[in-house]
Amino acid sequence: MRRILLAGLSVLALSLLPVAGHAQGTVKIGLIMPYSGQFADAATQMDDGIKLYLKQHGDKLGGMNVEIIRKDTGGINPPVAKRLAQELVTRDNVDIIAGFVLTPNALAAADVSSEAKKFMVVMNAATAIITTKSPYMVRTSLTVPQLTETLGTWAEKRGLKKVYTMVTDYGPGIDAEGAFQKGFKDAGGDIVGSVRMAVQNPDFTAYVQRAKDLDPQGIFVMIPGGAQPGAFGKALAGVGVDPKKTQVMGQLEIADEHALASMGDIAEGIITAAHYDYNHKSKMNADFVKAYNADFKRNPDFFSIGGYDGMHAIDAALKKSGGKTDGESLISAAKGMSWESPRGPISIDPETRDIIQTVYIDKVEKVGGRLVNVQIDAIPNVKDPIKAAMKK
Amino acid sequence: MALSETSIDPQLYLVEQTRWRPAEIVFWLATLLPYLLFPNYLSLASQIAIAALFALSLDLILGYAGIVSLGHAAFFGIGAYTAGLLSKYGWGEPLSGLVVAAFAAGVVGYATSFVICRFRHLALIMLTLGFGLLLAELANSLGWLTGGMDGLQGIHTWKLLGTFPFDLYGRAAYAYALAVLFVLFLFTRRLIHSPFGLSLRGIRENFVRMPAIGAPSRAHIRTIYTIAACIAGVAGALLAQTTETVSLDSLGFERSAEVVVILVLGGAGRLYGGLVGATIYLIARDQFSGIVPQYWYFWIGILLVAVVIFLPNGILGGLAQFTARWSRK
Amino acid sequence: MAWPGVARSARLLGINSSGASSMLPPVFGVLFDGLAYGMLLFLLSVGQSVTLGMMNFINLAHCSFAMLGGYLTVTLMSRYGWSFFATLPCAFVVAAVVSVGFERTLFRRLYRASELDQVLLTIGIVFISVAVAAYVFGTDQQPLQLPHYLRSSLTFMGIRFAVYRLVLVGLALLITLALVIGLDYTRFGARVRAAVDNERMARGLGIDVDRTFAITFALGSGLAGLGGALAIEIVGLDPSFAFTYLIYVLIVVSVGGLGSISGSFVAAIVLGISDVAGKYYIPQLGAFLIYLVMISLLMWRPLGLLGKR
Repeated sequence: MRRILLAGLSVLALSLLPVAGHAQGTVKIGLIMPYSGQFADAATQMDDGIKLYLKQHGDKLGGMNVEIIRKDTGGINPPVAKRLAQELVTRDNVDIIAGFVLTPNALAAADVSSEAKKFMVVMNAATAIITTKSPYMVRTSLTVPQLTETLGTWAEKRGLKKVYTMVTDYGPGIDAEGAFQKGFKDAGGDIVGSVRMAVQNPDFTAYVQRAKDLDPQGIFVMIPGGAQPGAFGKALAGVGVDPKKTQVMGQLEIADEHALASMGDIAEGIITAAHYDYNHKSKMNADFVKAYNADFKRNPDFFSIGGYDGMHAIDAALKKSGGKTDGESLISAAKGMSWESPRGPISIDPETRDIIQTVYIDKVEKVGGRLVNVQIDAIPNVKDPIKAAMKK
Repeated sequence: MALSETSIDPQLYLVEQTRWRPAEIVFWLATLLPYLLFPNYLSLASQIAIAALFALSLDLILGYAGIVSLGHAAFFGIGAYTAGLLSKYGWGEPLSGLVVAAFAAGVVGYATSFVICRFRHLALIMLTLGFGLLLAELANSLGWLTGGMDGLQGIHTWKLLGTFPFDLYGRAAYAYALAVLFVLFLFTRRLIHSPFGLSLRGIRENFVRMPAIGAPSRAHIRTIYTIAACIAGVAGALLAQTTETVSLDSLGFERSAEVVVILVLGGAGRLYGGLVGATIYLIARDQFSGIVPQYWYFWIGILLVAVVIFLPNGILGGLAQFTARWSRK
Repeated sequence: MAWPGVARSARLLGINSSGASSMLPPVFGVLFDGLAYGMLLFLLSVGQSVTLGMMNFINLAHCSFAMLGGYLTVTLMSRYGWSFFATLPCAFVVAAVVSVGFERTLFRRLYRASELDQVLLTIGIVFISVAVAAYVFGTDQQPLQLPHYLRSSLTFMGIRFAVYRLVLVGLALLITLALVIGLDYTRFGARVRAAVDNERMARGLGIDVDRTFAITFALGSGLAGLGGALAIEIVGLDPSFAFTYLIYVLIVVSVGGLGSISGSFVAAIVLGISDVAGKYYIPQLGAFLIYLVMISLLMWRPLGLLGKR
């Protein structure tokens, strides 16, 4: 057994030799995402954002050729995500690991980034603590508290005093509940009740009825994107909660394009905190949406922008590091970087390596017969409040 | 096969069954090949070994005792969380972690076996499913303990035997998983070819009649269910220790369903069924999803359908039929 | 939980805080919502209680046929401008016809095979259907654009009734009635039962067993397609549909009992009401309730509420 082990090790050592220098001027990026399964649409949109950035930049990042290797986790599966990250590093010799729609997978892969000293770009996964798990990681998406605590403060200042919160009983839901309540209460508001809802939940009627019984001025809701926002909208309509009278608000998933389409008119008046919406008014975003539609026949969403800006971060970091692809060079290049994204001005906090961005407050309105998110306020330069609090 | 028809003495039959066949020795030697041929695939190999062990534990109840379970991941998950929690709170020694995990899974297995042994057919399947789903929801709502949806953080496994670290290449991980698989396989093999194992098959074929010939069906089912739970717990603990991650997926419905697919694909009621099934399923999945990350389900689906059509009773079952037909000619 | 104790006990007693005396207490609202949710579960599952319940064939691809019905309805409505109700028979017929194709080529080989082979084959088909749906329709949610009146609600004695949910309840009642009459009191129903109970004997009596099975299978899958088309308004539609709702279907059929349509109907009502009432009165138990109810019902009656075998 021992001899075989030794023989195996020597073969392994030999096979590792060519690692030292792969083709000059090529950067290898491994993408780990849930391409199949329940979260496949998020991965599709993110991948399309990545493709668009590469296409617009002549398939080069920082002047280097790019090789992309895609790996599927098939949903929430940290052991597989970690294995894929290991294989990308040890077998495919990638320089950078990126993607990550889901928090558990990002947390698992972060160990690999930290151990192998590889630059890692989180393009969606939104739990606050993720970036603390590897010193070589940046995030180009959002943190849940960044949006929801901001929304809590904003809602109180806009005159809501009594709010009910309903969140799905899972990581992001619990984070959002805490952050919203903190922002809202610190500003002086009163939480009149709260509920945590089952993760597998095809029908929201019972929960919405409960909220309505207390007759709050507003309802804060945080549920996973996908099928649930539509079901939530139907429950609002069925129970008779009018978002224009009882202010319904939440994070951007509840009013994304597909959610609005399946909710119908009941969605009018819903307020969301968002870091991106395809209706954002700027020349850059208009061009982005147009190019995205030309290639993929649909509008970009926040997964797309996470992927797009993630590629920009890699591009800019490579330029700044002069083509050095080791984790140390890339992360020091990425720290403090700032640029103009289709979503507005964003930057990477040099201390936390997390994103600093404008939080938009959007309201669902009917424009030209279609329901869209209309920006009604913007709070610039928001940092992740959790890590800011940790520092104190 | 031919011998079993002529040897009427059950003692002789069992002794004959326990003799090692050349194919078996070749199989186990082949499990060392990854070190020589695919040193870059050792992490995958270790996860295959773990899935194989998990499928082996399911085979004990599904293949041999006829208890179809759609909630077997419960024990896998209990093992994984036990090992993970031990490590998180300061005891990262892997081997003792396995023992504790096996014990924890075994206790829960023993407790539920009193319900399990009273039911058959669809009710049994749905009860195992229900227990599994309840446990998954419980783990989700005990976020302070399990880390909830984000998974348990802060697991660190100590060096194996105090010497071999669990590295990025999966060298120690595969050796560890394979060694545990082999030891537990030997145990299972012995168990199946014992009079107890034989009476389990009797229960599978006729639950009511076995007590009449002196084999207490319910007591036997409780025993085997507890043993299977222990082994599943070890498999879960192995995954937690080698990947240093535990999350809700370790006890979710998908893992329960996947292990059933793996076992049935390989061939239920055959010692090597789970092992072959895990190898083929996970390698196929890895390869297909490398080629078409979005649509690998399609090819896995085709694989499953093809196996049912061309190799009924799983790959091993189908092959056995072929060879039997062939040798008769 | 920051519940004012008074409001809570008042609600438990069914006294509406606004206090109008002519109104029904909210417990009736909860009952209706529970009934409607139960009927949604029933419509999704009734096809399975035909294939699994009547024919003893484990068809895990049931929700794939439901998904087919759903995609058909969405496509016909959004691309060809059909009205919602016109698409429903279409969803039934297409799912039924497609299933006969599968039945003739794949499933019929397995009627007498082991249950495990049935499981493996039909899971394989689920995998294929998920990939095909993602390839053809994309991975995104498919919104259903229902006419306005279907999304409105009526108020009667202080309780709101969502129109669409009333439609679900009505259709579920009709289907149950039709199936119970069709399978229990007609020659065809007798043939199906005979063919399942003793195939050789049935053939000996001159029953065309193959055809009977094919028709029954088509009926089950057609109902799945119809159920899918009706459910997507509430539960949404994307390629993972074929997996997501399988558990609910199995729960309804097993609690109802094999071989009994009315069993599934009763089970769906019990499960729906207990789920909605549980989430309303004790939301902390919300995620556990449906499983707890299933486990206790099955431990009480292992054959299901109205099961015959």
